[in-house]
Order: sequence, then C-alpha cells, then structure tokens
Amino acid sequence: MSEAALVQILSDDEIREIEEEAAHLPDRKSAAIDAMMIVQRYRGWVSDESLGAIARLLGMSVENLDSIATFYNLIYRKPVGRHVVMVCDSVSCYVMGADGLRKAVEEHLGIALGETTEDDRFTLLPIVCLGACDRAPTMMVDDELIGDVTPEALEEIFARFA
Amino acid sequence: MDDTRPLIGIIDTVGGAVDRLAYESHGGYEAARKALGMQPDDIIDLVTEANLRGRGGAGFGTGMKWGFTRGPARTPGGKYLVCNADEMEPGTFKDRYLLEYNPHILIEGMIVAAHAIHAETAYVFLRGEYHEPFRELTKAIDDAYAQGYLGRGIFGTDINLELRIHRSAGRYICGEETALLNALEGKRAQPRQKPPFPPASGAWGRPTIVNNVETLCNVPGIVRNGADWYHSLGTGDDAGTKIYGVSGRVNKPGLWELPIGTTIREIIEEHAGGMREGYKLRGLLPGGASTDFLVEEHLDLAMDYGTIQKAGSRMGTGTMILMDDSICPVDMCRNLEHFFAQESCGFCTPCREGLPWVEELLIEIEEGRGKEGDLELLDRNAMFIGGVTNTFCLHAPGAIEPLASALRYFRDDFEEHIRQGKCPYR
Repeated sequence: MSEAALVQILSDDEIREIEEEAAHLPDRKSAAIDAMMIVQRYRGWVSDESLGAIARLLGMSVENLDSIATFYNLIYRKPVGRHVVMVCDSVSCYVMGADGLRKAVEEHLGIALGETTEDDRFTLLPIVCLGACDRAPTMMVDDELIGDVTPEALEEIFARFA
Repeated sequence: MDDTRPLIGIIDTVGGAVDRLAYESHGGYEAARKALGMQPDDIIDLVTEANLRGRGGAGFGTGMKWGFTRGPARTPGGKYLVCNADEMEPGTFKDRYLLEYNPHILIEGMIVAAHAIHAETAYVFLRGEYHEPFRELTKAIDDAYAQGYLGRGIFGTDINLELRIHRSAGRYICGEETALLNALEGKRAQPRQKPPFPPASGAWGRPTIVNNVETLCNVPGIVRNGADWYHSLGTGDDAGTKIYGVSGRVNKPGLWELPIGTTIREIIEEHAGGMREGYKLRGLLPGGASTDFLVEEHLDLAMDYGTIQKAGSRMGTGTMILMDDSICPVDMCRNLEHFFAQESCGFCTPCREGLPWVEELLIEIEEGRGKEGDLELLDRNAMFIGGVTNTFCLHAPGAIEPLASALRYFRDDFEEHIRQGKCPYR
C-alpha cells in the first residue's frame, strides 16, 4: 500500500483529532500516546493496521510505536469487549476484600482476568489503585468508578452496561 | 477562603464541587492577580520563606526547586511547568479529591508557579483512569480561558500561559518525574539519567519544573496571606496544612486537611473514627505503598517529614493504609510486591528481576512452601534491591521499604508460616 493509503485507514475524525494534539506539541512524535488513545476511543483497541497508519501519520517507525504501545497498560493491542471491567488489586482494596470481589466478578461474568465474555460484552482486567481508597473495594466499568462494591451489588451494576 | 483549611475547606463551605463563581466569591484568583504584579524572583523567595515542601512524597523544598530555574531562559525556547497528577501510589486518593472538587485552586496555583519560573506553557499530567477529574478539570480550564485567566495576556497583563492536559495511558512509573517527562513526550516512561535534573533539562530538553497537585494547590494561599500565616498553620518544623487520609478497617475512612504535624493517633482515632469493632490495629503504611511500616509504638508521632523519617519511614503522600489483625503481614507484603514487580519499567536488573523474585518467594512462604533460610534470603534481597545506589531510579528501593520493615516488625508471622507449613491466618 502507498503511504497515503496506509494513513487513510484512519478516519477523517481520527486524523483531525490527532493533528490537533500534534499541533500543540514541539514534535509530532510526541503525540504518539495521544494518537493511540484517540484511535482506541473510536475502535476499542489498536490493531496492527491502526498502528501502522498512526506511525506513518506521525513519521515514526512501527517498531518504535509498538514499543510505546506495549509499555502502557491502558493501550489495548488485542480486541476487548464492549465494556472493560477493571477490578482494583492494590493494597487498600486488598485489605478491604479485593480478592473476594475479583472472584465474585469472575464467577458472575464466567471469565478470568484477561478474558472476554463470549458475547463480547465484557473484558475483565486487573487495575492498580484507582485513587478511591476510602471507598474500597473499588472497580471501574468503562469510565465509571464504583466504590464500596459488594458481590451482591454486581448483578445490578453489570445490568447497566448492555 | 477558609483560613485554616485553605485547600479543601471551601468544598465544605460550598457543599460540593467548587465552580469558578463559588471559588471567586471566596477570594479565588486574588492570589493570581497579586502574583502577576510581583517580580517572579519575589514569588520564589516567598514560597521558599513559607517552607512549602513537595506534597507528592519526597518533600523537596518547592521554592528551592523553582529557584533552580531563576531568570528568563538563557537559550531560545521556553520553560515548562508540569503538574504531576499521576496519582497512582496505592492507598493515595488526595489529588483526585482536589481535581474533582476544587480544580480552580490548582489552575490558580499553576498560574502563579508558571509566572515565578517564566513558563508560558504548562501541562497537567493526568492519570488515564481519572475520568471524573478529567471532566471537572477540563470544564474549569475552559472556563478560565473564557475569563482570560489563561491564554494570551492573562488578567489583562502581557503575560501568557497555555495550560493543557496530557491524559496518561497508565503505569505507576510515570509518577517518577523524569519517566513522566518521557511519557509527556510520547515515549516509553523509563526514568532518565540524573543529572541533568528537570529544572536544567526536562520536557523536550527545556528547563522544567514538575510539582504535585497538592503542592501547587498550596501556592495561592501563601501568595494571598503570606509566609508567616503559612507557618502558623503547621505544627512542629513543617509549615502549612496537609491532606491526610486513612484507608482500611476504620469506622470513617476518608481525607482531612489538618495542620501538618498532626499525630497519627489523632488522625486515626479522632478523624477516621478509630478501628471498626472487632479489629485491632497492627501496623500502618504512613504515606502509601512505598513507605515503611510503622506500628503501635509510633502512634503518637507527628505526621511530618522529619519525625516520620526519624522513625524509619516516610510521610510520603500522607495517606495511610492500616493493617488490622485479620490481615496476614506476609500476604499483604505479597500483594505490595506484586504491584511493584508488575510496575517495574524493566530497565535495570535488580528491579526487573529482583522484584518478581521477591514476589515468588513471598508466594512460596504464604502458601506454606517456605523453607529454612528463606527469611535470610529475603533480608539479603531487601538489602541489595533496596540499596539506593544499586538501581537506576528509586522504584525498587521504595518497593522494598514495606517488606524490609515487615521483616523487622512482623518477623514472628513470617517464621510461623515456615514452621507451620501454612498461613496461620487462613
């Protein structure tokens, strides 16, 4: 594929948003993380194809960009479900029963950490301290932080995410 | 402004999130107006005199740090101010509260700081998972731009300040200030060789000051009320207030802005309501996961930088995690070392290889497969990995602090695991 074709894998909206970030930075490559997060917001994850297109757009090698992508835990290089569920496993939540909560979530969704439900509805991931330790144990579904979670509340919580 | 609780008192007064109008009706942005009429060097002197120390954990003098960039940039290109809002120290939840409920005090603090160091561009480096703080801070920044408090010619002066948010894509190591700068530049967040330190060469090679959220939120009060007032807020050697927090099995986990130097006992018993019925306090990490355990005998100590350091730990972020008597110290250390092993950037060997190794050994002991000599092995590893000159940055030494102290204070528990061939808490 030509360079133009490679870049054209990205939508006009994605390119516009990436360019807007790049315009505020002293160096186009500095928009690498922003660019991947933008594409992920539209597509759910960063595929090899998207990665190649972003690398061309920012004028950097695919290898370099992938080394950045794989460093950060919030950049997904594999497809995820429609909703990402993150259960905090850091120390305050641990003290308040995070292990039990994780097991209850795994049982409720029928998947283990790192897996996606068969209907592609939920992906379950561990996460470090969510900064709401006074409400431990905590979890996050997409961009919603939920504190004082009990196993009994899970059904109602997940029902809100179709 | 609530003169005894300048950071979060207004949140209680207003009864929730403080918008610009509420902030200004309580004296907000008066400090920015005043500071923009001051000489930058005079602001640095004032903050130095106030003895404001970094609230992110290290406690470095803020005025001294700013002073490293004194004067306009000597070479073409600007200087940068970066707010470290990458709050990810386990057990720490104070910056989230400030960002969500009082974002304008941070913006005002950044306006003053940027003027003091001659920066025309500032960034807030914000945790990726902080969605609600992102929404609130974005709203506040947009509002400040609309008022002419940010942008070109702020407050009708000839001073400019662009303020942007960088949303991080994760990883605890981004809290290390040089790793943070690499992340800001769109790179892998590996810490940089020091020196040069950021005030000499930081973001994109320019002089850069990195300050924690709470630190910057202290600045408007100092400018408004002066250094003497700031000193009068604190007790003991340190000045000002501190946002303290408690998590764990207490009756009222939460955050409180108190005179810096309030005792641990007062924080736990009066503010957090004491331990829940049926639970006894065994130990605590005073300022996040990377601080050494303190125990019963330390409860009457003042939570300030010097006192906690003398007791063999660090005040850190000031948000303490309590370990009650239902929690196995070995298993808690396993949890902590799992975190640090996972969050190692992987650059240097003692950290990349040593921390997972320590985690494995803790799993063995916790699951009843510990052997004679394992504790001495842990001691030795703690000594080598924890040696501050043995690793490239302070991630691994911080990681070892809770373990090394647990091996001292809770050694019986470790030995009992090996003797019984199982965890006595299960």
